[in-house]
Amino acid sequence: MVRGCARRRQCDILLRVPTRDLLVVGAGVVGAACAYYAAKAGLTVTVVDRGAVAGGTTGAGEGNLLVSDKEPGAELDLALLSARLWRDLAAEHGDEVEYEAKGGLVVAATAPGMAGLERLAAHQRAAGVRAEVVAATDLRDLEPHLAPGLAGGMFYPQDAQVQPMLAAAHLLRAARDRHGARLWTGVTVTGVTRAGDRVTGVRTDRGDIAAGAVVNAAGTWGGEIAALAGVRVPVLPRRGFILVTEPLPPMIRHKVYAAEYVGDVASDSAGLETSPVVEGTKAGTVLIGASRERVGFDRTLSTVVLRRLAAQAIALFPVLADVAAIRTYCGFRPYCPDHLPVIGPDPRAPGLLHACGHEGAGIGLAAATGHLLAQVLTGADPALDLSPFRPDRFAEVPS
Amino acid sequence: MTRDLAVIGAGPAGLAAAVTAAATGLRVVLVDAGARPGGQYFRHPPDTLAGPRGAARHGWAEFARLRDELAGHVAAGRITHLAGHAVWHVEAHSEEADARFTLHLGGTGSVAVSSGAVREVRARALVIAAGAHDRPLPFPGWDLPGVLTAGGAQALLKGSLVVAGRRVVVAGTGPFLLPVAAGLASAGARVEGVFEANRPGRFARHGARVLRNAGKLAEGAGYAAVLLRHRVPYRVGHAIVAAHGDDAVESVTVARLDRDWTPVRGGERVIECDAVAVGYGFTPQLEIPVELGCATRVDADGSLVVVVDAAQRTSVPGVYAAGETTGVGGAPLALTEGRLAGQAVAAALGAPPARPSRRLLARRARLRAFAATLHDAYAVRPGWAGWLRPDTLVCRCEEVPYGRLDEAVRELGAIDPRAAKLISRAGMGWCQGRICGYPTACLTARIRKRAPDVADLTGLARRPLAQPVRLGDLAEDPAAGGAEDADGADPGGGGPC
Ligand SMILES: Cc1cc2nc3c(=O)[nH]c(=O)nc-3n(C[C@H](O)[C@H](O)[C@H](O)COP(=O)(O)OP(=O)(O)OC[C@H]3O[C@@H](n4cnc5c(N)ncnc54)[C@H](O)[C@@H]3O)c2cc1C
Repeated sequence: MVRGCARRRQCDILLRVPTRDLLVVGAGVVGAACAYYAAKAGLTVTVVDRGAVAGGTTGAGEGNLLVSDKEPGAELDLALLSARLWRDLAAEHGDEVEYEAKGGLVVAATAPGMAGLERLAAHQRAAGVRAEVVAATDLRDLEPHLAPGLAGGMFYPQDAQVQPMLAAAHLLRAARDRHGARLWTGVTVTGVTRAGDRVTGVRTDRGDIAAGAVVNAAGTWGGEIAALAGVRVPVLPRRGFILVTEPLPPMIRHKVYAAEYVGDVASDSAGLETSPVVEGTKAGTVLIGASRERVGFDRTLSTVVLRRLAAQAIALFPVLADVAAIRTYCGFRPYCPDHLPVIGPDPRAPGLLHACGHEGAGIGLAAATGHLLAQVLTGADPALDLSPFRPDRFAEVPS
Repeated sequence: MTRDLAVIGAGPAGLAAAVTAAATGLRVVLVDAGARPGGQYFRHPPDTLAGPRGAARHGWAEFARLRDELAGHVAAGRITHLAGHAVWHVEAHSEEADARFTLHLGGTGSVAVSSGAVREVRARALVIAAGAHDRPLPFPGWDLPGVLTAGGAQALLKGSLVVAGRRVVVAGTGPFLLPVAAGLASAGARVEGVFEANRPGRFARHGARVLRNAGKLAEGAGYAAVLLRHRVPYRVGHAIVAAHGDDAVESVTVARLDRDWTPVRGGERVIECDAVAVGYGFTPQLEIPVELGCATRVDADGSLVVVVDAAQRTSVPGVYAAGETTGVGGAPLALTEGRLAGQAVAAALGAPPARPSRRLLARRARLRAFAATLHDAYAVRPGWAGWLRPDTLVCRCEEVPYGRLDEAVRELGAIDPRAAKLISRAGMGWCQGRICGYPTACLTARIRKRAPDVADLTGLARRPLAQPVRLGDLAEDPAAGGAEDADGADPGGGGPC
């Protein structure tokens, strides 16, 4: 009942808005998915970005579409919906976006770690996740180069991978070529236009653009766009580094990471966290992550982080010790204090919707985000309850 | 290890800086990936923009002297020479720190550093003299075995892989083509021709006198004589616009070009050959200054270079640059800049003040003017983009054809070279854009109908890992001292992505 009310409330806000035309701020993967689903649903869509397509965090992440790392709850529901939608997208665009249903393997170093993994998996299964226990003796059948002595693992066949930049680019291309969307790169949003309370479009460095509704898909900069409309959406940067190896013959088959992360995924400490995450790509390179730090938008290379990433990856795959890292890059995950994204219409600024703050899962969650917003915009019942993601859920900060 | 000055690169500029600073009493560490000092220039005959004839000779003599001086300073403990060490990152500390910079060193590529290798060096000041590498331009067939960069052909010569009787075509632009061709001819290769894309005489509106000097330089060094003796034709206003062959190059199409390098219709012919050497100038190696945030600019030859003031200071306090890092200009200029940088560092660190050398300043001004004239005469003209076909590879490592780059920019919203790289994968392979970065940036800008600017070139020059580094070396924390970082076995915290 509560759920129904929430949905009706969202729709009410929108029903007051003629939304045949939509302006999306941000050409990252989230903005691309919003544009794709909305244009497909018949809206007239314009996407603007101050830079290039995928020039933000989408161009600085990995492309994992994960259900394995999420505890039961709103985010897992979103991830499961997204996993299904990505499979549908892959049927048409799979090669273009380098979709691989490779599966994820979570390994535990210790017996308690393995026990924790099994407990999590039991909960996840109840929510619809497929998870298969892998005995210690079978680990090397799945990943021949894994270090000896691990306690066991869990295999998640629903985990998949795309190349995020290609995903954003091809979703936008499909939105444009098949469904008439327009894409304006190199256009910076500097304000919003309003009629009374209502948001009626945006101001840009190239002039005003009117729109029936505006979607804030500005990722880590989503808080700034919200502020332009006079509302608070706390999105902050959480830095992550990735190491990229030289191209290698296929060696690592799945996405492999360590179980011990689970307790820390929603940690609030500003300190550095790293956990070994290793995966091969179609190009032959191996990507090594992942680190998390709250250091603002500082791009300075951190040797401490790189050393830890390398050491942890070698601990999982000793064979990597003799492989060269040829590249490193960092990006700024858009995170909210409660580690959930912000998705849906903003009752404080009618005509404005948000699709930002996806932290370390924006690639994975993009499809569901776009799909749900398109449902809201066309007055359909959203497939999921959006209230956990509502933009006005954060306490106001006393000024 | 902590020193007053760390010098990156042991070519002419770095050597001169190290020796000059050491002579004032500073303690210096000189780091270079190569086994011996000398850099690119002194690995093979003096070449490229070598300066007027006298200066070229002078440069050689000076190098020999520098090498001896280096040996002396090393013996006296004033210079620590770390050969075979690649700098993969330079960390800048706060300005209050006494030693502002930490250089992180590794071996080269996936080769483990030797047990005695130094992994970390701290220094109060930094001179970047990392030199430059070959700048080829793509054309259909340039990915065939047998097509080499001009510098690569010289390296092959040393390995005597080019055997007598082989037929080689040399092409590109710039005076560097001459020593390459002469070297090949002297080694017994049949050089079918040297094709200079520019018409240096005609384009030189100013500085004609200097250009005549450049001509004399070639004669003086004996290149022209060698070419003449071997009956090697030298043609200006021509370029290789395609290479042909199944498994290796078998022939090339050479075309006559207009002044923008667009092939003139009917001006084509095919020349049989089994090796090709092409060079269109050089790309300075800017990873470290770019990562440190040093201001850069686009030089007259189209390359991204570091901005320096009269004392070779970059925009970042404590960081100096000399040699090709500040603009491709040849060994004599590099030597001069290196000396000036060494003097400036000494003055800044309070070593007994070296007399500011008017002679060096004047020489630098003269050599820079000379280099600028050459850049003007031997500039890369935009028409080369017209040599490409959709299936011509732009990036050889990742096998990215021009069509895919074009699609990324035109169809997929990659409006700048960085995005074009990420979406097309040009510049994402082993060379990380060191070879294909310049053409990729130029082509992207061209598709966007503009000239490449600093941001465009930086998009493909930014490499936070300045050199490949073996993961095993990276994992070892030199500060911890042990082979296995204690963190290594501990999976730690944080999520998977
Ligand atoms: C190291 C790392 C690894 C990651 N790995 C994964 C992973 O494996 N799987 C996964 O799902 N996620 C991963 N992520 C997270 C993922 O990358 C992000 O959640 C996702 O890219 C966010 O996409 P977005 O479209 O919201 O934001 P962005 O891609 O940042 O797009 C926002 C866009 O808005 C534009 N913009 C901002 N302000 C303005 C303005 N005023 N005017 C116009 N345009 C504006 C920006 O230019 C930008 O292009 C990772 C992140 C990092 C850093």
